[in-house]
Amino acid sequence: MDSEPELRNIYIHGELSNYKIYPSGHHYFTMKDATGALRCVMFRGSAARLKFRHENGMKVVACGRITVFPRDGAYQLYCEELTPEGVGELTIAFEQLKEKLHQEGLFDASHKKPLPQYPEKIAVITSSAGAAVHDMIRVLRKRYPLAKVVLLPVRVQGAEAPPEIAGAIRYANRWKVADLIITGRGGGSIEDLWAFNDERVARAIFASELPVISAVGHEPDVTISDFVADLRAATPSNAAELAVPDQGELLRYLKSAESRLAHAESTRLAKLRQTLTALAEKRVLQDQMAYLQDKRMLVLHVQQRLGDLSARLLAQKRERFSALAAGLEAMSPLKVLARGYAVARGEQGEVIRSWRDAPSGSKVDVLLGEGSLRCTVVEAREKEESV
Amino acid sequence: MSEKKKTFEEQITRLEEIVSRLERGEVQLSESLALFEEGTKLVSSCSGMLDTAEQKVVKLMKGADGAPVETPFADEDQPE
Repeated sequence: MDSEPELRNIYIHGELSNYKIYPSGHHYFTMKDATGALRCVMFRGSAARLKFRHENGMKVVACGRITVFPRDGAYQLYCEELTPEGVGELTIAFEQLKEKLHQEGLFDASHKKPLPQYPEKIAVITSSAGAAVHDMIRVLRKRYPLAKVVLLPVRVQGAEAPPEIAGAIRYANRWKVADLIITGRGGGSIEDLWAFNDERVARAIFASELPVISAVGHEPDVTISDFVADLRAATPSNAAELAVPDQGELLRYLKSAESRLAHAESTRLAKLRQTLTALAEKRVLQDQMAYLQDKRMLVLHVQQRLGDLSARLLAQKRERFSALAAGLEAMSPLKVLARGYAVARGEQGEVIRSWRDAPSGSKVDVLLGEGSLRCTVVEAREKEESV
Repeated sequence: MSEKKKTFEEQITRLEEIVSRLERGEVQLSESLALFEEGTKLVSSCSGMLDTAEQKVVKLMKGADGAPVETPFADEDQPE
């Protein structure tokens, strides 16, 4: 039976009676109405969350699951929540509306609009009196004074509150008075916050083209507006914090941007300089004159080597010439003559090589190593007579 | 001095773009110098805007024709 979903999370209206707290910490009581009674047990853990003082005869709403008490086979309620009537009805209405709007998709993440990062105008829809507006303006001023705050004063509790809040949201959209809406109010009882559980407000928030931050009550208070809004803030001050960037952080960012700019630029320049230096090291660019000087040096060097080479060639030639000259001298006829040979020459000075060239009676000059002889040929013989 | 003053958001968005482009080193030298200069100007402009900003708070009332009418709202007068 515990597993029957229909028997879980049931709300039961009734009057408290026979309320007892056992030493174990569990609470036992009976819920009665005109037609019947139901035994209830509330375990220690749930009982600890009770927010009111129970009294027999008090009209309450109990929420829990139905089980069977094994001993006598009677139905009983394991009560998880107990709230006084009135408030209990609100709780039921809240749950029902929440479920309905949830089914319709009003809470879907896909409908959530992003908030502007640097809003220029912020519409604050709340009471112009009270702590909430004061807190929001204080935080907005401290964090981001660049944003203009446009207050749309509305009543935030009572029967007039829901249509006023919904109307202000629609008005802000129609006239585009801002680029972001914060709506909410300071803390209060569940009845005080009730306007933000109103379906009209929920639908106005859903229909808003301007992003809406909902900021109702204190941290644990959750309203329907919170579910529909694009962002839920725990408190009005928190809404202001979420709505705008922090100027301290922005100034730090700007500082860092400045140094990043300088760094990027100097890195870039350094890199360029490096490239440039590498190029400039090519000598022709570094110094035109030096380049020419280099070339001149090269020419001189070549010239020098050429000079050396020609000198060496010259010396070689000179050496060879001496050798030749020496050979020549060895061949000189004078030298031969000095050794005792003689040269005979005819009338015309021609060298006589054959006996036929100097017939008997012809005149010849005989050249000796020292001086010469003028001779008349006595006899020309073909063969020399051996001595 | 300045024609249509750019909004803080426009300026800081442009600044972010410039910083990241310069950091990626994807721009030509002449452009990078211009960007650097522009970025530096944006930094001082944005800082200046924050430094001198005074929050304006107005109360909006519906005028006779339905259009919003701004009236001053003195938060200081409001009790805590």
